[in-house]
Amino acid sequence: MFMKYCYPFAALFLLISACNSKDEKRLPILGNREAVQKTVNGKTVTDTVYQTIPSFSFVNQDSTIVTDKDFDGKIYAADFFFTSCPSICPVMQRNMLKVYEKFKNNPEVKIASHTIDYKHDTPSILKAYANKLGVEGNQWEFLRGSRDSVYTLAEKNYLVAVSEDKNSPGGYVHQGWFILVDKEKRLRGAYDGTQPDQVEKMMDDMDILLDEYKDEKK
Amino acid sequence: MKRNNLVCILFLIIFITAFIDSCQSEGQLNYARYYTNGKQLYDTHCQNCHNADGKGLQALIPPLTDTVFLRQNRSRLACIIKFGLNEKITIHGKEYDFQMAPNSQLADIDIAALVTYITNSFGNKQGLYDDASAAGDLEKCESE
Repeated sequence: MFMKYCYPFAALFLLISACNSKDEKRLPILGNREAVQKTVNGKTVTDTVYQTIPSFSFVNQDSTIVTDKDFDGKIYAADFFFTSCPSICPVMQRNMLKVYEKFKNNPEVKIASHTIDYKHDTPSILKAYANKLGVEGNQWEFLRGSRDSVYTLAEKNYLVAVSEDKNSPGGYVHQGWFILVDKEKRLRGAYDGTQPDQVEKMMDDMDILLDEYKDEKK
Repeated sequence: MKRNNLVCILFLIIFITAFIDSCQSEGQLNYARYYTNGKQLYDTHCQNCHNADGKGLQALIPPLTDTVFLRQNRSRLACIIKFGLNEKITIHGKEYDFQMAPNSQLADIDIAALVTYITNSFGNKQGLYDDASAAGDLEKCESE
């Protein structure tokens, strides 16, 4: 008797749980985290503090100063490249171009490409590069900063390895990650920017992330 | 006895055609060898920039689909691959001036395979470019 009803119930249970998980699809929060004890209304509460991108200030392709404030209220994808890069950069930027085309003119989405060739990639060179790539306006920022500021941000905050290497083609080595950052500047995804299927996944994840904020508004 | 003669002639015909066939395919085989090696080398050294379909990247990296340019510059292609390019070129009527990186580590035969692959893909049809041609063309630009 019990066995007879067991399967339909199990099926129903699975169906319901499947529905739930679809509604609550959220991206994980990546990076380091720590538990912090706070006092709220006289009570001690433990809260989780996630790793965030700290404040920064760079110069973009229009020679304008761009800071973390310009990314407030936006989700964004970040990568590290240099214009004269003969290895993985063209693939990465070819893939990032798809992201740009998909979210073009979406005020909630930005892209940040940090050059790691601080000597050669001046704003005018970045501008010419952006134009030739077919990028207009400043939704996609090509950012230049001092060696230390960019390299520290890459390794400590975006968790992407970059370095100078005279023996490698082009003079620099770096990883091809695309890092997805949310409106709270937390890391929400890391994707191999040289793999088209990974970039597809990032674009799907960006939709999921944007939906999270829609749900919060309701 | 008559039947035996017929069988003999038939065998002879089969043998001769097979022989001629194998003679022709020696050249074909050589071409196929260069072409397949060229494709592998292309995937490793060229695809990142010029893309798998040879269409390049926007206005930054030129496509390899301009059959006229590739034909007119056939003797320069080996040099461009080995030593890179740092000048303005016109492809399909559009100007490209993005610097191409050199591939000085490649051997003559690898460069020949690459030229064979590129000049017989993406709409091009120029036939075999062997290592002797590569060595000859490279000698010209190396002495410059």
